[in-house]
Amino acid sequence: MAANREEDYRALAIIRAFEERCMTLKGAGEIPGSIHLCDGQEAIPVGACRALEARDAVTVTYRGHGWAIARGLSLVDLFAELMGRDSHLNGGRAGSPFFSSPEHGFLGENSIVAGGMPMAVGAALAAAHDGSGSVSIVSVGDGALNQGAAHEALNFAAVFALPLVLVVENNFYSEMTPIRDMVRIERLAERAPGYGIPGVTIDGNDIAVVEAAVRDAVARARSGGGPSMIEANTERLVGHYSGDLQAYRPSGEVASAREREPLTRIRRSAADEGPGAVARLDAVDREVAATIESAVEAARAIPYPAPESAREHMYA
Amino acid sequence: MPEAVAELRYIQAVNAAHRWALETYPEALVFGEDVALPNGPFGATKGLREMFGARVFDTPISESAIVGAALGAAMRGRRPIIEIMYGDFIAVAMDQIVNQVANTRYVSRGGWRAPLTIRTQQGNSPGACAQHSQSLEAWFAHTPGLRVGLPSNPRDAYEMLRSAIASDDPTMIMEHRLLYPDAAQVALDGPVEPIGGSRVVRAGTDVTVVTWSRMVGESLKAADTLADRGVSVEVIDLRWLSPLDFAPVAASVHRTGRLVVAHEANLTGGFGAEVAARVADECFWDLDAPIGRVGAPDVRIPASPVLQAVVVPAAGAVVEVVSRILAESNR
Repeated sequence: MAANREEDYRALAIIRAFEERCMTLKGAGEIPGSIHLCDGQEAIPVGACRALEARDAVTVTYRGHGWAIARGLSLVDLFAELMGRDSHLNGGRAGSPFFSSPEHGFLGENSIVAGGMPMAVGAALAAAHDGSGSVSIVSVGDGALNQGAAHEALNFAAVFALPLVLVVENNFYSEMTPIRDMVRIERLAERAPGYGIPGVTIDGNDIAVVEAAVRDAVARARSGGGPSMIEANTERLVGHYSGDLQAYRPSGEVASAREREPLTRIRRSAADEGPGAVARLDAVDREVAATIESAVEAARAIPYPAPESAREHMYA
Repeated sequence: MPEAVAELRYIQAVNAAHRWALETYPEALVFGEDVALPNGPFGATKGLREMFGARVFDTPISESAIVGAALGAAMRGRRPIIEIMYGDFIAVAMDQIVNQVANTRYVSRGGWRAPLTIRTQQGNSPGACAQHSQSLEAWFAHTPGLRVGLPSNPRDAYEMLRSAIASDDPTMIMEHRLLYPDAAQVALDGPVEPIGGSRVVRAGTDVTVVTWSRMVGESLKAADTLADRGVSVEVIDLRWLSPLDFAPVAASVHRTGRLVVAHEANLTGGFGAEVAARVADECFWDLDAPIGRVGAPDVRIPASPVLQAVVVPAAGAVVEVVSRILAESNR
C-alpha cells in the first residue's frame, strides 16, 4: 500500500510539477504563447495510461501535457518543444498544444476541442483491419461533446463497433463557461446510450477508479465489443489558459477543489497513517523537483531549430 | 508484355483506378457515403464491395468523421481512399482537412505521414442547386500540405487517381461530373506517374490558355472557333494545382506573349488569379497584352438553367476574352 501510494503520488506529482514549471518558464519568457495546463486533472491520464499497452493509440487535446508524461514521453523533449527548441519530439513545430510522438503511439494533442476524435476513430479503424489488436483511446474535455465532430465520430465508431475508448474529462468548464449552462443533461455519459454504447461516470480524481474503468473499456474494445464512453469528473485548479484570471469562477471554488484534488487526497491518507508516510511523500516531492529542474536544464541546452529548416517536411 | 488498353468512360476509369489500388495495396480501404452496397452515387465504386469485401464500406453521412477516420487510419498504416459525394459537402469536413490532415507531416517533421486520397466531384450541371454546383479547388490549393488534382479526361481520371493513391501525401482529386460520360482509350498497366505535371493539349502561337477540369474541353472548343478566325491558341491543361507545374506555362507565354486563364470557379480569389500573378511576376516582359481571366462572376450559382447559362462559363467566354486581349495587344 505504502509503495503504491508513493508510486501514485510520484506519477501525479511529476505532472503537477511539470505544469507549475511551465507557468514559471512562461512568466520568464522561456515558453512563448498560451499554454493550457491540467493541474488537478492528473489522475485521469495516470490511471488511463496504466490500462494501455504500447500497441495502443492515444489522442488528446491541448490540455495534454499530463497524458504525454503518463504515456512516457521525455520530459526534456516536452520542455524543449514548449520552449520552441529543436526537440526530438517535433522540433518546436508543434509547441504546447499540438505535439505528437509516433514511437509512443501518441497521435497528438489537438487545438480543436473535438478535432482529434475522428482521427482516433481512424486509428481504431486501422486496428479493425490490421489484426494488431490495438485499441484507440481519446481524451477530450466536456465542452468537446458539443462540437459536431464528436457526434460524427462517436456514431461512426459505434456503427462499426470499433475499438475506441472515449474519456471525457469533465472539469465542469467548457473553456470558460460552465458546462451546466451548455447542456440539458446532468451527466455527459447520458449521451452514450444515444449512440448505443456503454457510458459511465466516474470519480476522475482517483487513479485506481480511472484505471479500472479504462481497463474495462479497453477489454471490451479489444475483444470486439466496440466503443464506450467514460466521463471522468474532475476539477481544474487553474484557468483555461495561462492568462486566464478566472473571474468567472465563484469565490472559494478553487480553494475547495484543492481539498478534493488527487495529490491532496494522497497526502491526507499519508497523514492519517503517520509522520513517516508524510516524510516519504516529502522525499518524493524533492526527487520530483530535482527531476524537473534537470529536465529544464537539459531542455535549455537544446538549440533552437535552424530558421532555414522552416520550409522542410511539407511533402513526401 | 503488351499493355492492357481499354475504352473507358471517365467514371469507369475512376472505378478501374480503385480496383488497381485495392489489388496493389493490401492496406487500401475505400469508404464514403453510398459507395459499397449502392455502388456509389455515380458508379465510381461499382462492384468493389463484391470484389474486395470489408475493405470497401458505406459510412454514415458524416463528412468530418469520414475524413478524420481516413487520417487516423492513414497515420496507423492504412491507405484510405474516401469519397465525398459532392465538392460542396467538403465544407462540413473543413476542420479535418485544413487543421488536421494538412498539418500531419509538417508539424511532426515527417514523423507521421498521411497517405490518403480524398475524391470528390464538383462543378455545375444544369438544374443543380447552389449547394451542388461550386468549384472549390482554390480552397485546397491555398492550403499547404495538400496535393490537388483535377482530371479533365478519362486517361487522367485513371492516371491521376493512381498517382494520388500511390503518394504518401494527402491528395484531393476533384472530378467534374459532366465529364463522367466522356470515353477514351486508357492504358491500364503503365507505370504510375508521380504527382504533378501539366500538359499542352493543343499547340498554338498567338495566345496561351491555361485551364483545368471541364474548362479544358471548353477551351479546346474555343480554340477551334478562334482558329477559324485565324487565331492560333495554345491550351495547357494544368491538371495539378499543387504542385503547380509552372515552367511550361512560362515557356508558352514566352512564345505567345499572351495569357488567358480559364476556370469554372468564380473569379475573385480563384486559382486563375494565382496563375495570373505568377505570370505577372515571372513573365512580365514576355507579355504583349493584359492577362485575361475567364471564370464565373462572383455570385452564387442559381438553380434555373436560364440563369446558370449566364453564370457558368463555357467556350464562348474563352473566345470573348481571348479576342479582347488580342485587340488590346501592342503587336
